[in-house]
Amino acid sequence: MTALSNRYEFVYLFDVENGNPNGDPDAGNTPRIDPETGHGLVTDVCLKRKIRNYVDIAKSGAEGYNIYVAEKGVLSLTRQPAYDTEEVKNLKKKEDKVAAARQWMCRNFFDVRTFGAVMSTTLNNCGQVRGPVQLTFAKSIEPIIPSEVAITRMAVETEKEAKAQDGDNRTMGRKHIVPYALYRAEGFISAHLADGDKGTGFSDKDVELLWQALANMFDHDHSAARGKMSARGLIVFKHRDALGNAPAHKLFDAVSVSRTGDGSGPARAFGDYAVAVDEAGLPDGVDVDVKF
Amino acid sequence: MSGIQLRVWGEYACFTRPEMKVERVSYDVMTPSAARGILEAIYWKPAIRWVIDRIHVMKPVRFDNIRRNEVSTVVPLSGKAGVNAAMKGGTNPVRLFVEECRQQRAAMVLRDVEYVIEAHFEYTSAEDRNDGKHLDMFNRRAKKGQCFHRPYLGCREFAAFFEPVSGAIPVSPLARDTARDLGWMLYDINYAADMTPFFFRPTLENGIVDCRKGGVTA
Repeated sequence: MTALSNRYEFVYLFDVENGNPNGDPDAGNTPRIDPETGHGLVTDVCLKRKIRNYVDIAKSGAEGYNIYVAEKGVLSLTRQPAYDTEEVKNLKKKEDKVAAARQWMCRNFFDVRTFGAVMSTTLNNCGQVRGPVQLTFAKSIEPIIPSEVAITRMAVETEKEAKAQDGDNRTMGRKHIVPYALYRAEGFISAHLADGDKGTGFSDKDVELLWQALANMFDHDHSAARGKMSARGLIVFKHRDALGNAPAHKLFDAVSVSRTGDGSGPARAFGDYAVAVDEAGLPDGVDVDVKF
Repeated sequence: MSGIQLRVWGEYACFTRPEMKVERVSYDVMTPSAARGILEAIYWKPAIRWVIDRIHVMKPVRFDNIRRNEVSTVVPLSGKAGVNAAMKGGTNPVRLFVEECRQQRAAMVLRDVEYVIEAHFEYTSAEDRNDGKHLDMFNRRAKKGQCFHRPYLGCREFAAFFEPVSGAIPVSPLARDTARDLGWMLYDINYAADMTPFFFRPTLENGIVDCRKGGVTA
């Protein structure tokens, strides 16, 4: 597989309906909120987790598509087949061994190749892999107002509770939901971290798989907490050169999301928003590809 | 004259204090080492070394708290479950199971930051000494928005946007504040001397952190 030779930026839009896209462990698992503006947040690691899970399902252990940072629940196979034997034993120097191990990890594991991984040894720090794909926090287009929904369970966990309730046997729980929100995430792919001896070998094929993951990952992540989440937009900017042909902020500015109609009242569906890409105003050397 | 001026900004930043890195707490302002990393992300060669002169703080210092699930361990290289064993044909899974090594870590990060970095470069050897070439390459890339990899504000999830400063550097809105002692800050890490950290004690004066005052080794 040849490594990537173009820089990319991308804008990714997804929405949630009556669900919690990303709970805040600091706030009793309520949806994350920017305390200054009230906008909802979804962390970069949350999205990366879903990309990993999707690739794990889609490729299900195919060679070169292992997932290093695995979530146990989705794992179908916990034992990997024996790997190709390598000539590591011939390498005498520690640096060579670390370099060989780094390359091997990149070759075999999609997430190491894409996002990087820390492979630190006790002696030195040279086993770090920096991946070409970088995501930032996703932010909702408008401030969100999460609501707390109280729910009951017609059973109790322990006998002691049952006695205390004289056999009434009910527990109350709560769910935190966002009635509706459209989120916007922005991402970067640096070709130079894919290419060359020190590069991870992240290829054009891997980019396609990444787009595929972004398109489909929410369809494989349904749960009681998430509600209805869908990928709504993926706008890819492809630079002609590896170094890039335009500042990233100018490309991101070309994608605007606005309210349709008079915009009064809360948005409750994707149809309440309009996404526009200013293709005419784009700098030279950058191709825009609206994937969906 | 080998100086450059670059405006960088972003929604979040975390220039982690080394003494509080388990639950990350950011310094009030960007460190010279983070500024160097940004310049290197745009242009760097082994022949040169970026030296940060001054950092202009263009937005008020504000903090925000974010807690995330993180993993508590790293990829082992040696040992039965390590990469080397797997490469030799091992059958143990080379995986981290996030539920088994989960830790929740809070981060006290900066919000809505903007800086102007003033820096120059020095040569590391007798080779490739050509001021014009290195300066032009940096400025050309900065102007076009080109970068070797996307620069970031302390952590990679906090991406940095950048553009060259044309003309005089605007006066910082913090210029009227009284001078503030920022305490001991990381200046940079000396990679040649077994990763020895260097510290310095700057003041935020007229909205500017002067990085030219000498540092000390810890």
